Amino acid sequence: MTALLRPLLVPVLAVFTALVVGAGVIAAAGASPWDAYTGLFQGAFGSARALSETAVWATPYIFAGLAVSLAFHAGLFNIGAEGQIAVGALTAALFGYGLPRWFGSDLPALVHLPMTLLAGVMGGGLWGALPGWLKARTGAHEVINTIMLNYIAINMVSFLLNGALKDPEPGNVIARTPLIAASAELPTLLERYRVHWGFVLALVLAAGVAFLLRRTTLGFELRAVGSNPDAAAAGGIPVVRTTVIAMALSGGLAGLAGAVEVTALNHRHELGFSAGYGFDAIAVALLGRTHPVGVVLSGLLLGAMRNGATRMQFLTQIPVDVISVIQALILLFVAADVIVRKLYRLRTPGERVALTRGWGA
Amino acid sequence: MTTPTPALACTGLTKRYGALVANDAVDFELLPGEIHVLLGENGAGKSTLMNMLYGMSAPDAGEIRREGWTVTLGTPTDAIALGIGMVHQHFMLVPVFTVTENVMLGAEVTRAGGVLERRKVADELRALSARYGLEIDPDARVDTLSVGQQQRVEIVKALYRKARVLILDEPTAVLTPQEADALFGVMRDLRAEGVSIVFITHKLREVLAVADRITVMRGGRIVGATTPSETDEAGLATLMVGRDVSLRVEKRVAAPGPDVLVLENVCVEDHRGIEVVQDLSLRVRAGEILGIAGVQGNGQTELVEVVTGLRRAARGRLTLLGDDVTRATPGHLLDAGVAHVPEDRHRHALIMGWSIADNLVLGRHDRPPFARFGLRRFAAVAENARRLFAAFDIRGSGPEATCQSLSGGNQQKVVLARALSGTVRLLVANQPTRGVDVGAIEQLHREIVAARDAGAAVLLVSAELDEILGLADRIVVMYRGRVVSEVDAGAATRPALGLAMAGGVGAQGV
Repeated sequence: MTALLRPLLVPVLAVFTALVVGAGVIAAAGASPWDAYTGLFQGAFGSARALSETAVWATPYIFAGLAVSLAFHAGLFNIGAEGQIAVGALTAALFGYGLPRWFGSDLPALVHLPMTLLAGVMGGGLWGALPGWLKARTGAHEVINTIMLNYIAINMVSFLLNGALKDPEPGNVIARTPLIAASAELPTLLERYRVHWGFVLALVLAAGVAFLLRRTTLGFELRAVGSNPDAAAAGGIPVVRTTVIAMALSGGLAGLAGAVEVTALNHRHELGFSAGYGFDAIAVALLGRTHPVGVVLSGLLLGAMRNGATRMQFLTQIPVDVISVIQALILLFVAADVIVRKLYRLRTPGERVALTRGWGA
Repeated sequence: MTTPTPALACTGLTKRYGALVANDAVDFELLPGEIHVLLGENGAGKSTLMNMLYGMSAPDAGEIRREGWTVTLGTPTDAIALGIGMVHQHFMLVPVFTVTENVMLGAEVTRAGGVLERRKVADELRALSARYGLEIDPDARVDTLSVGQQQRVEIVKALYRKARVLILDEPTAVLTPQEADALFGVMRDLRAEGVSIVFITHKLREVLAVADRITVMRGGRIVGATTPSETDEAGLATLMVGRDVSLRVEKRVAAPGPDVLVLENVCVEDHRGIEVVQDLSLRVRAGEILGIAGVQGNGQTELVEVVTGLRRAARGRLTLLGDDVTRATPGHLLDAGVAHVPEDRHRHALIMGWSIADNLVLGRHDRPPFARFGLRRFAAVAENARRLFAAFDIRGSGPEATCQSLSGGNQQKVVLARALSGTVRLLVANQPTRGVDVGAIEQLHREIVAARDAGAAVLLVSAELDEILGLADRIVVMYRGRVVSEVDAGAATRPALGLAMAGGVGAQGV
C-alpha cells in the first residue's frame, strides 16, 4: 500500500463499518437498508441539483472542520465552533444590513461583501481567542471554556435576535435580523443552482490552512506548541501568544462558516439556523484526520449524507435522524480506531492524532 | 560443579525493526543471586533485550526461560507474575498520585467494598524502605519528589510486587555518588536475599564496583562476557565501543575573559511557592566552564530555568554581558546568544515525533536562512541538517527520520548541535550527558570544551561528579538552594565535594 493512501484506510473502513451497522438500525426500524441507501445516494449525487445541494451542505462543514483541525494541530480541542459560528453569523448579518445604514448610502459589493465576511471572521475569532487566552494564561482547559462559551454565545444571540437586532418589519414574530443588503450577498456559482462561491472559498481556505501549517513559521510554531509546549517554550516560541493566535484563527474559520451561510443562503441571521454545525465539525475534523484534504473529503461526505437524507426519508419513511446515528457511529469508529483495526486486522499505526492535552503537570 | 539453573535466560533471541536487527540471536543468562551488568552503547540493543525479557515487546525468534521453564511474556503483567521487575530509565509514575498510590497502582489492596488499604500499604512501604535504606515518604506526592527520589519509588514498587529478578535500566544516571553507593548497598542486600539483578549502565567505575559478571553488547550482539577481576575500565570501554576511547577530557587551562552572566542575590520559587533558590550570587566568565555540583533537587533545575528565561526570579538581578535580563523571555535570551541544553531532552528539548531536521532549527526556525517573510525555507533547513549531521557525527537513518528513531546519545547530539549552531555567548548545559553512552559522552564533552575555547561562557549543571571534575574550571556546590562551596577545579577533591553536596561543610567559602 502506498504511503499516500495509508491514512485513508481507517476513515474509509470506519465509514464502511458505520454504514453496515446503520443498515442494521434501518432494518430494525422496519425498512429496507438497500432502498434507504439507494435513496441516500440518489439524494446526494443523483442529479445536478443534488450535487449542488451536497456542496451547499458541505460548505459550512469544511469551514468549521478546518477550524477544529487547526486547533488540534496546536494541541487544542476547540469544541466551541458552534458558538463561534453563531457569533460570526451575527456579526456578519449586522454588518450586512447595518453598514449601508451607518454610512448612509449603498456600498459597492467589492467593499461591502469582504467587510461583511471579515466581520464574521472577527466575531468568531474573538470568540475563539477568549478561551485560548484563558488556557494559555491561567491553564483553564479550553474544552470546558469553549463549551461554556457556546451557551453564552447561543443565548446572547437569541437575546439580540429577539431584541435589539430583531427584524423590525411589522408583523414579524420570528427571531431574526433584517435582510442584508444586496451588496453583501455572496453570489451563486451557477444560475438556477444554490451552490455558491462560499464552496470555492472553503476549498481555497483548505489549501490555505495546509500552506499555513506546512510552509509558514507560524504553522511551525503552532505545531510545536501542539506537539510539545515545553520544548517550544525552551526554543523561544511564545506559547501564550501562539495558543491565542491558534484559537483566534480557529474561531475565525468557524465564524466564516456562519458568515458564509448568512451572506450566501439565508441573507439574514435566523435563530438556530446553524444548530449542530459546530459539533458536526468535530466529526468532520476527526474523520478527516485533521488534514485539510481529509477535512474537504469528510466535509463532502457528511454534506452528502445530510443532503441525501431527505430523499431517503421520502422513499423509505426512515427518519433523517438515522443519518445522525450513522454519523455518530462513524465518529465512534474513527475515535476508537482500535475497533476498526481489530475488525479488519490492520497493523497498529505509526502515529496517532492526539486529541487533547491534560491540565499540564 | 554443576551450574545452577539460571533465574532468567534466553537463547537465540532476535528482534527486527524493519531492516534493522536490534537483537541478533542473543544468548543471555542471569544466575540466581548475582548482579549481572549489561554494558553497551546506546543503540547496542540493551533496551530491546530487556524489553523482551520484561514482556514489553515480543521476540521474532528465540526463547526465554525463567528458572528453566520456557515462558512466553506477552505483557509486563506476565513478567511481574513471574517475579520479574523492571525500573525504567524514564519512570512510569503518575505524578499526582502519592508514593503509596503509585505502588498500589495495578495491584490495589482493598478492604470489603473496594476501599483502598492505603494505610496498610504505606506501613509496608515504610518497613520496606527502612529495611533497604531507601528513604521515601509513602504519603508524598510523586510530583513533589526529585528524580532521584522518584527512582527509589520505582525500586520499592518492584520490591513490593515481590520481584525476584530486578532489571535496572541506567539507575545511577540520576544519582549522586553517595546515592549511587547507597543503591549499590541496596543491590548487595537484595543479592544476599537471593534476588537476581540485571544492572544496565555505562559508568565503567560502577561496573567494576558492583558486578559479579559483565556482559557487553554491541550492534545487537553479545560481544563479550567477563568479570571485574579480569578487566579494567579501559578494557571495558574498548570492548563496548569497539575502538580505543579516551576517558579523560582533553582541555587546556582556561583563559577566562570578562563576566558574561552575573547573578546577584537571586531567589527563585518553585511551582508550590517554596523558595528553592535562596540569595544566590555567582558569575560565569567568557572562556570558562563553571560547574554546578549538587544532589538533584537542590535548586539547580529552577536556577537553570531562571537563567534561560523559562522562570522568573522572585527577587534578585541577572545580567548578561552587562544588560539586565532579569525579566527577559526565552526568545530574547536565545537572540542574545544564550544556548540551552535542557535537563530532560524528551520533555524540554525535542519534539520526538518530528524530523531531526525540524528539531535542529527549533528556536531559529523563524529567521534567515531558515525562513523569509514568515515562510519556511526547506532547502536551508535540509542544508543545516546535513552540516550538523556531519559536524556532530549524528548517527541515524537521515535528517527526515524522527527524533524518536534516534538513540539517546544521538538525541543529545541533536540538542547540543542545535544549541551550538548559532552564536553562543553563554551555554547553559543541564545534565548534558545523562543516559548517554561513553562514545557519545566523549564527543559531547569535546564539543562543550570547544565552545569554551571559542570564547563562550559555560554554565554546566551535573549530578555526576566525574563530569564536573572532568570539565569544569571552577566548581560551586549547591545545597538546599544555596551555594555552600566554591573551589577551583584544580583544588577540588571528590570527598570534599561529596561532603559539600550532602550538606556538610564545604571545602572553602560559605
